[in-house]
Amino acid sequence: MTNAVSTAAAELDEPRRGTGTARFLLGKLGGAAGSLLLVVALGFLLFRMIPGDPVTTLTRDRPTSPDQLAQLRARLGVDKPLYQQFLDYLSGLLHGDLGTSYGYNRPVSALIGERLGPTLLLVGTATVLAVALGLWLGVRAAWRRGSPFDRTQTGIALTLWSMPQFWLGLLLLIATQGAFPSGGMRSPATPPEFLPQLLDVAHHLVLPCVTLLAVIYAQYMLVMRSSLLGEMNADYLTTARAKGLREDLVRRRHAVPNALLPTVTLVFLQFGLVVSGTVTVETVFSWPGLGLLTYEALRVPDLPLLQGVFVVMAGSVIVMNLIAEVLYRVLDPRVRAQ
Amino acid sequence: MRFRRRTRWVKSITVAGAALLVAGPFVPAAQAQQQGGKVLRVALVQEIDHLNPFLASFASSTMVGRMTWEFLTLPSAEDNTPAPGLAESWSTSPDKLTWTYKIRDGVKWSDGQPVTAKDAAYTFTRIMTDENAQEANGTYVENFDSVTAPDDHTLVIRTKAPQASMTALDVPIVPEHIWSHQAAMSDPVTDSVPVVGVGDGPFLISEYRPNELVRLKANPDYWRGRAKIDELQFISYKNSEAAVNALKNNEVDFVNRLTSTQFDTLKNAPGIATNQAGGRRYRELMINHGAQLLSRQPIGDGNPVLKDVRVRQAIARALDPQTLVDKVLGGYGQPGGGIVPASFPAYHWDPPASARYAFDPAAANAQLDQAGYPRGNDGIRVGPDGKPIELRLLGRASEDFAQRASDYVVSWLGAVGIRVTKQLVSDNEVDQRTNEGNYDLAFSGWGTSPDPDYILSKQTCAALPTVPGSSSSTAFFCDADFDRLYAAESTEFDPGQRANLVKQAQARYYDQVPSVVLDYDNVLEAYRSDNFASFTKQPANTGQIMEQSGYWGFYGATPAGGGANGSGGLSPGAWIGIAAGVVVVLAIGGTAAGRRRKSADDQE
Repeated sequence: MTNAVSTAAAELDEPRRGTGTARFLLGKLGGAAGSLLLVVALGFLLFRMIPGDPVTTLTRDRPTSPDQLAQLRARLGVDKPLYQQFLDYLSGLLHGDLGTSYGYNRPVSALIGERLGPTLLLVGTATVLAVALGLWLGVRAAWRRGSPFDRTQTGIALTLWSMPQFWLGLLLLIATQGAFPSGGMRSPATPPEFLPQLLDVAHHLVLPCVTLLAVIYAQYMLVMRSSLLGEMNADYLTTARAKGLREDLVRRRHAVPNALLPTVTLVFLQFGLVVSGTVTVETVFSWPGLGLLTYEALRVPDLPLLQGVFVVMAGSVIVMNLIAEVLYRVLDPRVRAQ
Repeated sequence: MRFRRRTRWVKSITVAGAALLVAGPFVPAAQAQQQGGKVLRVALVQEIDHLNPFLASFASSTMVGRMTWEFLTLPSAEDNTPAPGLAESWSTSPDKLTWTYKIRDGVKWSDGQPVTAKDAAYTFTRIMTDENAQEANGTYVENFDSVTAPDDHTLVIRTKAPQASMTALDVPIVPEHIWSHQAAMSDPVTDSVPVVGVGDGPFLISEYRPNELVRLKANPDYWRGRAKIDELQFISYKNSEAAVNALKNNEVDFVNRLTSTQFDTLKNAPGIATNQAGGRRYRELMINHGAQLLSRQPIGDGNPVLKDVRVRQAIARALDPQTLVDKVLGGYGQPGGGIVPASFPAYHWDPPASARYAFDPAAANAQLDQAGYPRGNDGIRVGPDGKPIELRLLGRASEDFAQRASDYVVSWLGAVGIRVTKQLVSDNEVDQRTNEGNYDLAFSGWGTSPDPDYILSKQTCAALPTVPGSSSSTAFFCDADFDRLYAAESTEFDPGQRANLVKQAQARYYDQVPSVVLDYDNVLEAYRSDNFASFTKQPANTGQIMEQSGYWGFYGATPAGGGANGSGGLSPGAWIGIAAGVVVVLAIGGTAAGRRRKSADDQE
C-alpha cells in the first residue's frame, strides 16, 4: 500500500504538491512505526523492573507445594533467561499474539477486548462532551473576556481541573444520596430487552461521566479561550464586521475556525488517551474497563498483561497523533506550503 | 434560520437527556419490588479469575464454586470439624493408606443425572493426570496413589503415605458427563454457564458477566433442602467505599472485608446489621533468623544477631500486641499465640502464662544483658562484632497497619537498646525481599484453613526454597523438633492425639520465635437487616458469614419477615437527588434558551 504510493509519487515529476504529500505521509508513518517499536521494547524492560515475583503473588494464601511452584514457573516461562523471554514476546507480537495473562490464564488480547468496550463508552462519552462543553465555554469566555461570565467560568473550570478525580467521584457518590447507582455498568435486575438495558447503562454512566467531564473539560476551554483571544484583534475580523455581519456570524465563521488549530491537536492527543481509560474513575465507580485491569495487573505483576495493555495504549496515542498531524495539514494551508 | 434550528436541536437533546436520567432509576426500582426479599445481593470486592473449579484460585472464585458443587466432606458450620457432604461416611484401612468413602444415594446433578462415586473418581483422577487441571487444587492429590469407584456408592482413595487431612479435601466434585467433554482446561468455554451451570450444590450458576456479575439460582433439588432465598447475586465493586455506599443505598444486601472505620459508621446505620467475627488470618512480625535454601546454603542479608534465639525472645517480650490491636486495629483483633488462629479452637494453641512472652521491657533488657549484648555509649546495644545492633523493619507502604504499627515497634525496640529503621515500600518489593531473605524484621500474615496441615507444612525444612526468591516457607523456619512433630501430626488419625501434636508443634514454633504472631484480625461484615433476618455463621455464633469453608452462610440466609427488598429500592434521599437533578437540568436548559433569545433580540 505505502509502496504503491511511493512509486506512484516517484513517477510523477510534475505535480510537486503530490510528491510533498507522499513524502510527508511516508515520513510520518515511518516515525509512527519507529515509536511503536520503541514502545514494544520499552514495555518489555519497564515492567521487568517492578520488584516482585508473579508466582509468589499468585499462589499466596493457597496450598501449593514447591514442586507445583516450579511447574508454574516453567509454564509461565519466567524461569527462562531474559533475552529468550524477549524473543518469545517479539515473535508472538509479530503473529498478533499478545501472550497469555499470568493471573487470568487467558489470552491478553481477549482480556483487553472484553474491557475495551466499557472504557471507550465511558471515556469516549466524557471526552466528546468535554470537548463540546470546553470549546463552547472557551469561545463564549474569550468573546467577552474580563466579563463576570469569563471570570466565573474560568474560575470554576480551574477549580474542577485541580480536583483529584477519586475524591470528586466519592463526593458525588455520597452527595447524590443514591439517585444514581454506586457502581458497575448494569444492574442485575434489569430485564434483558434492549431499551431497559440502554436506560440502565445510561443511568450507570451518569456519575462516572460527570466526574470525568468535570475534571477534563477545563483544558479545552482554556486552550480555546487563549487561542481565540489571539485572534480577537485581527484585521480580518474588522473587515467582517465592516461587511455588516452579525457579531454571532463574525465569531462563528471567521474567528473560531482560525482559532481552532491548537485545539484540534489537543483533542486528538486526548482521543489517543481515551483507550487507556482512567484508573481512578473506573475504580471509584467499579466500571469494568481497561484502566482497572492495568491497576490489577500491576499488583501481581502480570507481565504479559501489562505489556499488552501498554502496547495497545501507547499504540492508540501514536495513531491519534498521526491522524492529528495529517488533519492539521488538511485544516491549515500554511502547514501544507512549508 | 440555521441558528434557530440549532437551538431547537440542543433543546431536544437536553430534554431527552433529562428524561433518560429521570427514567433510569425507575427500571431497577421496579425490578427490586418484584424481588421481594428473596434475592440476596452480595458485593464482591475481589476479582473473579475463573469459574472453572480446576482453575479458580482467587478467594472469591473458590467461594462461588463452593455454592455450586458439593464436596466429599466439608468443615461443619458449628465448629469446623469434618461433616458429611457427598460422602455419608468414611473409613480407613489398618495400614492407614486406603480411604473408603460411602457416597450418598439420591443426589442429582441439576440436569437430572445421578451423582455417583464415578464423578468423584473422575474429578480426582483428572487433577492427577492433567497438568493443566492442577492449578487450583493440585496440592490435595499430590499424595494420592489411585482413586477408583468400584460401584456407584463407593469411592476408594489409596495414598502413598498416611495423610490425616483426608477429611478436609477442599475439592469441588464435578459431573463427569460434562467435564469429560472438556479436553482443554484453558478453553474459555469451561467458564461458561453450559459447563459450570451444572452442579449439585445449594445454588446453581445461571449467568456470568465477567467483571460485573455472577448470578446463581437456588437449586430446587438440593439434597439438604432448597435454600430459603431464590437467587444469589455476586456484584463486582472495585472500591470498598462504593460497596459501603451501595449497602447504605440498599443496592446490595451484604458487604465484607470492611475497614474498622467503615464498620464503626455502619454499626449505627438504620436497617443495617454488623458482624464482627474471629478471623482466619494471623498477622506476624517476621524475624530473619538465618534465611537459607533447601541445601542449607545461607541467603539474604539478615542481621546475624537474630540467629541468637535469646535476642528473638527478647524482641518478643519488648512488643505489646494488645496495644497494636487497640490503637492500630481499632480493637478489631485478638492478640496472638500459636499460628493456628483462635477461630479453629480444636487446633489453636495459646501459650500458658509460664511460657508467654508478656510485654515486659525490663525482662527483655535483662535477657539481652545476660546474653552478652551490652549497651554502648549511645544506649544502643553492641553485637559480638562490636557494631551497634541496628535492624531494618520492612512493611507495605500501602497498608495502614504497617504504617502505624512500625512506629510502635521502633519505639518499643528502641527502649531495649535495639535501633530500628522503618522501610515502607511497595507490596511487590516486600514480597521479593522477604522471599530472598533481604530483611531483618518484616510485617507479614497468612490465611489458614480449618485443617492445620497446610499452614504447619509451610514451617518445615521441606518448604525452604531451592533457589533464592522461590520460597514457599513463610519465615525460613527449619527445626528438627518441629519437623518431627509435623510428621507425626500429619499421619495421626486420632483427632485428639492429632490436635495435641498440632499444639506441640505450635509451642515449638513459639519458643523458637522465627516470627512473632501479633494478632488474629477480626473479619468485619455488614448486611441489610431490613431484608435479611439471619445467616449461618461458621463457627456458630462467633464466626464469619462470607468466605467460609463451605456454603453455610448464604445457604442459611433467612429473609426478614415477609418484607420486600427495601420496599423497592429508592430511599427518600434518592427522590430528593432525582428532583435536584431535574431542577438543575431544567435550569441549565432554561438559562441557555433564555440567553439565546436575548442575544438574538439584541442583534436583529
